Amino acid sequence: MTDQAYNFAYLDEQTKRMIRRAILKGLAIPGYQVPFASREMPMPYGWGTGGVQVSAAVLTPDDRFKVIDQGADDTTNAVSIRSFFERTAGVATTTVTTEATVIQTRHRIPEVPLAEGQILVYQVPIPEPLRFLEPRESETRKMHSLEEYGLMHVKLYEDIARHGHIATSYAYPVKVEGRYVMDPSPIPKFDNPKLADCPAIQLFGAGREQRIYALPPYTQVVSLDFEDHPFEASRADHPCGLCGAVDSYLDEVITDDAGGRMFVCSDTDYCETRQAAGHRGKDAA
Amino acid sequence: MHPQTLEGGFANPAADAAHAFRSVMEAVARPGTIHEITGARPPAPLSPAAGAVLLTLCDTDTPLYLAGAADCDAVRAWLAFHTGAPLAGPSDCMFALGTWDALLPLSAYPKGSPEYPDRSATLIVEAPALSDEGAVLQGPGIRDTARLSLPDIGAFRQNRALFPLGLDFLFTCDGRIAALPRATRVAAPAEMAEAR
Ligand SMILES: [Zn+2]
Repeated sequence: MTDQAYNFAYLDEQTKRMIRRAILKGLAIPGYQVPFASREMPMPYGWGTGGVQVSAAVLTPDDRFKVIDQGADDTTNAVSIRSFFERTAGVATTTVTTEATVIQTRHRIPEVPLAEGQILVYQVPIPEPLRFLEPRESETRKMHSLEEYGLMHVKLYEDIARHGHIATSYAYPVKVEGRYVMDPSPIPKFDNPKLADCPAIQLFGAGREQRIYALPPYTQVVSLDFEDHPFEASRADHPCGLCGAVDSYLDEVITDDAGGRMFVCSDTDYCETRQAAGHRGKDAA
Repeated sequence: MHPQTLEGGFANPAADAAHAFRSVMEAVARPGTIHEITGARPPAPLSPAAGAVLLTLCDTDTPLYLAGAADCDAVRAWLAFHTGAPLAGPSDCMFALGTWDALLPLSAYPKGSPEYPDRSATLIVEAPALSDEGAVLQGPGIRDTARLSLPDIGAFRQNRALFPLGLDFLFTCDGRIAALPRATRVAAPAEMAEAR
């Protein structure tokens, strides 16, 4: 049952129409940041109000909704957003990636490949990939309109000069369909290849910065790189301590007061599904 | 006021609009795919699909151009009551509605600016038929190629050449919708055969 004190999915219909129009323009111009009039939500900005507003605009009562926060379904942030839509939209929820029709995410793409019929909604803190080069919105708009992306390459190349490789490991910029440079949100660059040719619809919402952008399914998405320094989707060079996976993105976690540590899958659903299927890592109980 | 004016809106506005939007979004995200879109019963000559699109996306913030036969008293009154969308000419509209011939010429509509390409019109084209035959589509949202019955080919090519500026098209027929956003590349079937 939905809580009748609220409109369906919390937002009023006029606000949802405005967000829906922005989503459609975003899909029509992949990678371009569409301005929208972000609304106050009953949660702090750091909790992903942009993603929450996009989810509110796309959810139907028939959806099965999943929320992940850095890969985990059980953080305070993920739990509270999930219960927010259980209460205001009456949607079913799940932690199982393959069962979800709409997945809201902060800083990860699930390990299990997404399918047609699924929608991935990203919470975005800073949508403008050129922001650290140029703080003025009027200037970054001009740079995008003229495809002036040379400075972006210079910044990445400075990384190489200083570190011997591209040190940027999160929010690694991509070029969409050979046109717009886009910030994929602070996902690890390990996840960047999953952005491309994805069968699901990918929507990005930045609440504080009031921007929505999108990737239709099967969109060409290329991580910026150089001929002599090709892009590499790196991960920690360990198997998961709990499920033994060698193909997943890992978090390093402290296990006891004595400074013991282990590497585990950041995607909790992926790790638990593997463990349930009998896979065991060296640190499994 | 004609009694029909008050009728034909969404029975459950929030849930019906949510379902209708998902149909529109799937159509735009996967150009060439055809989706059911229901819940509206607009007056003639509007199709139920066009009615549902207007109820889902239009309101007092969206100037609307009614082209040709769509610009009649019954439609004006129905839209005023259910959406409040202000009527506008083609050069000032955010949405336009009509048959393909009535909507022409495409040069009349806003195509966005280099810094704000989203500030462009969306044309809702009432189509006599909608099928996955005809023009060959490629681009974002399409894995290999898709097919869609389009009223023209050259016009959509010219529109694609303006990218990232350009118009976006929704095609409505009875209770179904398909879309052709500006990013889609369009070719005639014969050209594709030659290319092979
Ligand atoms: Zn694991």
